[in-house]
Parts: sequence; C-alpha cells; structure tokens
Amino acid sequence: MTSATRTLQIHPDRCTGCKQCELACSWVQTGTFQPSRSLIRVHVFDEEASFAPYTCFQCDEAWCMQACPVNAIDVEPDTQAKVVIDDVCVGCGLCVIACPFGTMFFDRGSHTAEKCDLCADDPACVHACPTAAIEYVEADPVGWISAFGEKVDAGRRDSLKGEL
Amino acid sequence: MLKGWTGTLLRVDLTNGNIEREAVREDWARDFAGGRGIAARYLSEEVDARVDPLAPANSIIFATGPLTGTNSSTGARYMVVTKGPLTNCMTTSNSGGLWGPELKFAGYDLLILEGRSPAPVYLWIHDEAVELRSAEHLWGKGVFETEDRVKEETGFPDTRVTTIGPAGENLVKYAAIVNDKFRAAGRSGVGAVMGSKNLKAIAVRGTGAVEVADPAGLMQAQWAQKHALTQAPLTSEGLPGYGTLALMNVVNEHGALPTRNFQQAQFEGAEEISGERLVETRLQTNKACFACTIACGRVSKVSEEGQGRYTLNTSPRNWREATEGPEYENAWSLGADCGIDDLDLILKANTLCNDLGLDPITLGATIAAAMELYEDGVLTDKEVGMPLPFGSGEALIALTEKTASREGFGDLLAEGSKRMGDALGRPDVFMGVKGQEFPAYDPRAIQGMGLGYATSNRGACHLRAYTISAEMLGVGDAEGPESPVGKGELAAAFQNVSTAVDATGLCLFLTFGVGLDEIAPLMAAATGHPYTPAELELAGERIWNLERVWNMQAGITAADDTLPKRMLEQPIPAGPTKGQTSRLAEMLPDYYAARGWSEDGHPSQEKLRALGLG
Ligand code: SF4
Repeated sequence: MTSATRTLQIHPDRCTGCKQCELACSWVQTGTFQPSRSLIRVHVFDEEASFAPYTCFQCDEAWCMQACPVNAIDVEPDTQAKVVIDDVCVGCGLCVIACPFGTMFFDRGSHTAEKCDLCADDPACVHACPTAAIEYVEADPVGWISAFGEKVDAGRRDSLKGEL
Repeated sequence: MLKGWTGTLLRVDLTNGNIEREAVREDWARDFAGGRGIAARYLSEEVDARVDPLAPANSIIFATGPLTGTNSSTGARYMVVTKGPLTNCMTTSNSGGLWGPELKFAGYDLLILEGRSPAPVYLWIHDEAVELRSAEHLWGKGVFETEDRVKEETGFPDTRVTTIGPAGENLVKYAAIVNDKFRAAGRSGVGAVMGSKNLKAIAVRGTGAVEVADPAGLMQAQWAQKHALTQAPLTSEGLPGYGTLALMNVVNEHGALPTRNFQQAQFEGAEEISGERLVETRLQTNKACFACTIACGRVSKVSEEGQGRYTLNTSPRNWREATEGPEYENAWSLGADCGIDDLDLILKANTLCNDLGLDPITLGATIAAAMELYEDGVLTDKEVGMPLPFGSGEALIALTEKTASREGFGDLLAEGSKRMGDALGRPDVFMGVKGQEFPAYDPRAIQGMGLGYATSNRGACHLRAYTISAEMLGVGDAEGPESPVGKGELAAAFQNVSTAVDATGLCLFLTFGVGLDEIAPLMAAATGHPYTPAELELAGERIWNLERVWNMQAGITAADDTLPKRMLEQPIPAGPTKGQTSRLAEMLPDYYAARGWSEDGHPSQEKLRALGLG
C-alpha cells in the first residue's frame, strides 16, 4: 500500500454544536435518527466556549485491538481503519474498557462492540457538517489533538484562579 | 401511525400523580401536521376556553413536530400550548435547543400535563421509565442551578432539562419556561401555568430513534433544504454572522426601532447595542440548536471595560464568564425601549431573565412603560423604591429581580404593562395587543407588522406574521412598509405559512431561506403522508382558525384586534418615518376578507366547514 491514509481532522473553532454529525452517523448505523447510537459525539467545553466532536482517530497503538481476546478488531487495509468484525465479536466489552479515548461503543441490541470505521473511506459526518469542522484529510491527528488539549487545559487552569 | 411521529403521548395528571401513555390520534396528526397544530387540537378538545389560566382545569401541552429530531435543518423545536395568563388567549410558545428532540428520542410526541400537584415536583422521563419526583429542594432556585442539580440527580450529564425559575413559581404573568439554560418558550406566561401546577421542571433522556417513512426521499429533501439555506443571504451570512441582532441597525436606520416606550422610532444608542458591536467586542462563538445549520445563537462575554462591573452568574458549568444572547428582541426591550445603550448591562439583565425565568420582551416593555409614568410624575421614587428615569440600568437590574420575586414595586410590574397601566389610571402606556406587549418593530413604520400584531392569536407578536420580511428585507414580494395596500392578504398568508412551520418542528428562521416548497418534501418523506405545499398551508390556516374560534369562546372579539391609540393617532415624531401612523382601519377589513371571516371577525361557517372544523 503506497497512498497515504487519511484521518478525521477536527476544527473545534468551527463547530457550532449542531449535532448533524451525530445524526449522520446514527443514520449510517441504523437507518434512523438516533444520536445514542452515533459513534461520533459532540462535546461541550465550557471553559473554552467551544464545541468539538470526537470519535476514534484510528490510533496506531489501538488498545482496543490489543485487548480483544478473540481478535474481532482488524485493520482495514485501504484506510487503516480499525474495524469490528461483527461475526467474531463475542460482546465481552474489553475493548470499551481499554480505549483511553472513550470512542469504543457497545450496542445492547446486537450485543457487539461498535466503532468508527471511516464509512469505508467516505465518512458521513464530514458530509453532514455544515461548517467543515470535520475534515477528512492527510494529517497527523496527534498535532491537532495536542494543540486543542493545551488550549482547553489553559482554560481550565484559568478557571481555577479566582475566589471562592 | 404516520412515521416521523413516535405515535405516543404522555398524559400526566399532577393532581393524583397518574402517568399514562396514549396513542396519538392519527387523523389529527395528519390534519394538524404536528407541534403547535396538534397541541391546539388537543387543548381545544379537552380544556374549556373560559378556564382561569392558573387553575388546575387548564392543561399545559408540550408538543414536538414530525421533523423534530430528524436531520432536517433546524429540527429542534417544541411548542408549549396552554391558555396564557398574560393574554387570556390560547398561547403557543416555541423553543429550540436540545430538549424537544430528546423528548422524541425518549419515545413521545407530546406531553399533556393536567391538574395541580399538591407539592412541588419535577417530571423525570428516561425512555419508558417516567416518574414524578419531589422538587421541594429546587423550589425558589434559578434556572441554572435547577438544571445543574436535576442533571446530577438523574445521573446523566446529557439529561435535558426544561424548567421554570422563581418568576414562574411566583406566577409572574410573563414567566417563561427555559430549556438548556438559555432557550425559552418565552411569551404569554407559560411559565406561570407551570408554576400554578407546582411543576418545577421536566427532565428527559431518550435513547430511542426517530424513524422516517422514505429514507431516500428524506435525504434528498434535506440536502436541497440545507443547500438553499447556504444560498440565501440572511441564513448564510446575516444570521450566522450577527445573530438576530443583525436587525438592530437595519430597523433603526429605517426609523422603525421603538424607543422609550414607543415615544420615538429611532434610538441614538442603537449602534452600541447592535450585532456588529457584539461581534467586535463580546462574541465568543456561534451556537446552534439541535440540527441547525444556520447557528444564529450567540455565546458572549461582557466587554473588557465591563469586566468587574457586571458578573454573570451562569454557574461554573456555563462558559466560565460568558453567557448566551442577547437576541435582537431582548437587546431592544432591555435596551432601546428603556433608553439603555450599554450592551454589557443588557447582557447582565438578559442573563438574569434566563435565570429567573422571565420573558425579557414583556419585562423590558413593562419597565419602559413604568419609566414613562415615572417621567410623567405618575410614579415617584417612593412607590418604585428608586429613581426610574429612562436610561437607568441600575433600576432595570434591580427591578428585574424584584419582579421575579414580586417584591415591592415588582409585584405590580409582574402583572405586565396593561394591568399596571390600568391600575395606575394610565392605560395609554400599554404598548401591545390582547394584554401582550409589542416586540421590536414600530407598527406605524411597518404597516404589515401592525396588522400582524393586531390579529395575532397570542397577543402582539413578531413571529405570527413576520411581514417585514417581504415589506423590507427583500424576502418575497409586497408593497413597501409604509403602504397599507395588500397587507390584509399578506398578513393572512404569513400567518398560515408560519403556523405550518411551527407545526412541523422546524424553526421559523428557515423561512428567510426556504419556503413550504422545500419543507413539504421533508414532511412527506418523514411522515409518509404526501404533503404538498398547499396542503401544509391549509393545515396552517386550519390551526389558525381553530385558535381563533377557541379565543372567541374565551371572550375575544373583533374589538380586541386593535392597536393602542398612540399607534393609531400619534404620528412618529421624527426621523425617516416621521408623520406615519398605523393605518389599521384600512387593512383590517381586507384581512377579514382574506380570511373568509365576517366583518366582525368571526370565522364563517363555510370557512370552518371547508377546513374540517365546522
Ligand atoms: S456537524 Fe460539524 S458543526 Fe455540527 S456538531 Fe458536528 S462537528 Fe460540530
């Protein structure tokens, strides 16, 4: 495989918190509108007056994969997305516990783990976002995540100052 | 049942704590389209129009539409329908945010709340599990703290809460119901009805789905709708750029910005409280309601100069020192109408209104009327408890708090400006219709708006017939704002379309970019019923007539379809619209004719039969 893989790049400054990304994702998963089944979730950062959607950014270490006792999580060769193979998943939930980002989900209906699979290289959330706050581009996710993390941290630190 | 609907309504009898599920009537769902429409149908069936609004015999209905919770842009809305204590009419008060869709995801289209609880309670809806919980410990608390505590008690940070503040508990005639801390079903006193029932809040968490009839059709229709919104200047630039406050400079320049209780029509401080100024000095970010691709909401902070002077107590969980708003209406009522040009102070007062659960339009307008009475010498420092000249921000803040608690002079303010004017022997200071105060457009300067105010079913309101769109803002065709010609038909058409939009679960602001041509395919694909634009407009007309008939049973007559003398007889004193008065008398007969009503404003039997109401 030669072509570079793409990743979901989030721009919190553009996000309005509209949840169209959640609606699009749940539509892909269920054919209905059901944000509780979305694999991308919009978070509100009060300290920063900012919103940001987050989902699996297909990290290299992939603790979900390492934790799975039956090898039900595999790497999709074209996109490098980590995907759950439904037939193999036994629904033990270890991956949900293992993921440090909280982006592994568990569906009580089918009793299997669920995660973002990049919609086979054409993510629906990217199309749905009205402000281009989610882009599907060649980029290093570590870059934007740490930059945003620092900004939020600074906000938190500031918010701790002041009087009781 | 039609898709788009969950098909279930929740009926709660607060008197005895009974909670029941019921199938939604499908024929009503189809004919009244949803939201405002179906709720009006249930209310008219179940509640005597002559009921005392604050008696247990009044019901309060929370209703979503078929598009609430879908990915149609702006599918966020719910409607509160009840008899309003400010107007003694059927009121229909609409709100966005996240609460309405959550109710759908929990599995309910409507909530019907009846009776009166013997003690303060809140309703907790978690999918199928529904219970009334004690709210003794929340009684007296503001909206922000109530929402935070209820979330904590339910155990989920994503529980959505709609609640009243102290104003609703104290039966302030214009208390609001506030969801997601900053979104409100604001007008006509729906919050007082909730308070009269000892119902503090409704918390919802829903994990279910909204299903649609024609998935492919819906996807196509929503792309078309969203695309159209990106092409229209107001929905792609004006509203996202400046929020509703974009209007401040536009309306002021036209000479239609009511100032100092409608004594002038231009405000010298308009620039200071405009959307442009907010963006330059205070805006943090835009905020969207659920599924909205316009995102007109404002998250704002007080300016650097204002720091320290105004603290916004929005609870630690809210934007640190920032707040939401203000909207154009609130910046006008708390600003220009009171002669105040300090945007930081307006932010503070607006935030207080959210926390105390007050409608800022009626509050600001009532204080403005009191300011006029003070300057006329009818009210003195002794009665008010402080000086109350136009422009006094200190008084505005102090009286906002006193109104919510009905303390001192606040007790009279809590009745609204009609009852206050009557009590003080000066009914002429009331600037409104059917007991409800005007919003931020001088009806002398924009003739269609005046007709819309006079004939609105819930008292003066800009959202029932926003004819200024066509008269001034270039959306649609009409004679200019100074002309009464054609305004009867225009107002009736605007009312029908707006009512239909209110029924779908979408936001009226859509109509700056799309019309029923774009909305009907969404409704058809979601529900499976082949709605056409004409059928939706007819549903709007049906709902409007139903509300009218009920209001007439409540005692409204054609004599109530009027404007204050100041609007009819006193010309605007200066500015570009100098000399204009409202030409209501010329427009009203055209309006009744366009409606197919008799000359004295009664819907004719033929009309009612044609609408399936006779
Ligand atoms: S669709 Fe875009 S703007 Fe809306 S919540 Fe998701 S990321 Fe934010």
